[in-house]
Amino acid sequence: MSIEVIIFFLVAISAIVSAVLMVIQRNPVKSVLFMIVNFFCLAIIYLLLHAQFIAIIQILVYAGAIMVLFLFVIMLLNLGDESLLKEKANFRKMIAYLLSGVILLELIIGIILPPNTFLQTQSPEAVKIGSVEAIGASLFNNYLLPFEAVSILLLAAIVGVVVLAKKKFK
Amino acid sequence: MNFTLTDIPLNYYLGLSATLFSIGIVGVLTRRNAIIVFICIEMMLNSVNLTLVAFSAFLGNPTGQILVFFVMAVAAAEAAVGLAIIIAMFRNKMTVNIDEINIMKW
Repeated sequence: MSIEVIIFFLVAISAIVSAVLMVIQRNPVKSVLFMIVNFFCLAIIYLLLHAQFIAIIQILVYAGAIMVLFLFVIMLLNLGDESLLKEKANFRKMIAYLLSGVILLELIIGIILPPNTFLQTQSPEAVKIGSVEAIGASLFNNYLLPFEAVSILLLAAIVGVVVLAKKKFK
Repeated sequence: MNFTLTDIPLNYYLGLSATLFSIGIVGVLTRRNAIIVFICIEMMLNSVNLTLVAFSAFLGNPTGQILVFFVMAVAAAEAAVGLAIIIAMFRNKMTVNIDEINIMKW
């Protein structure tokens, strides 16, 4: 068993544990903190897949920006004591567990069923394509138009947020 | 520093991704706090990102990682707009419980 397999299992187990804790946690602040742990675990797994750029972006954008936004909103709304939110409807909860269990089963069967010789090792190209240089070359040559479209999307999001946060709905 | 090729098969990454996705579904369907539901959606997006990066590395094709880049941009925009909507809702109804926010129910 090589060091990479050990790292993979450690990180995968901690990702799943932090995700479960995130879902069952009553306090939204703790929930967000477990989410950050989960995002860091995913960043390490991206590094195992030789995707350095995606790993750094994961930490910068998700753990850095988006989760700070979530924490900020939770503190702004003063949602400290979340046990007041009543979680009723046990029937609906059971349906939810059943549904997600079925989906998990389907996905696992879809993964296990194909012959196990399928894609055992990473492609030799993997080391090259994850670097910032390769991503940038691909992004600014083949995917320039989607890149510009994303900038328009972000502009629309900024304007929308300002309008939504300013307006007094009466 | 030179990395060697890892000997973890693709199935392991896909299994982790499927598990995280299912946990996200449980969170979306069982929790009643709008912000927690939102975080669970982010986690489901992340698990799909993991699938894309895994296939990108195993097939040697950079398109998957470019797609992850775009998914992250969309997720950032979605988080900002969604949180603004939650704040606007909280201003009106003083709650983030999605059982009580039902004015769009038919």
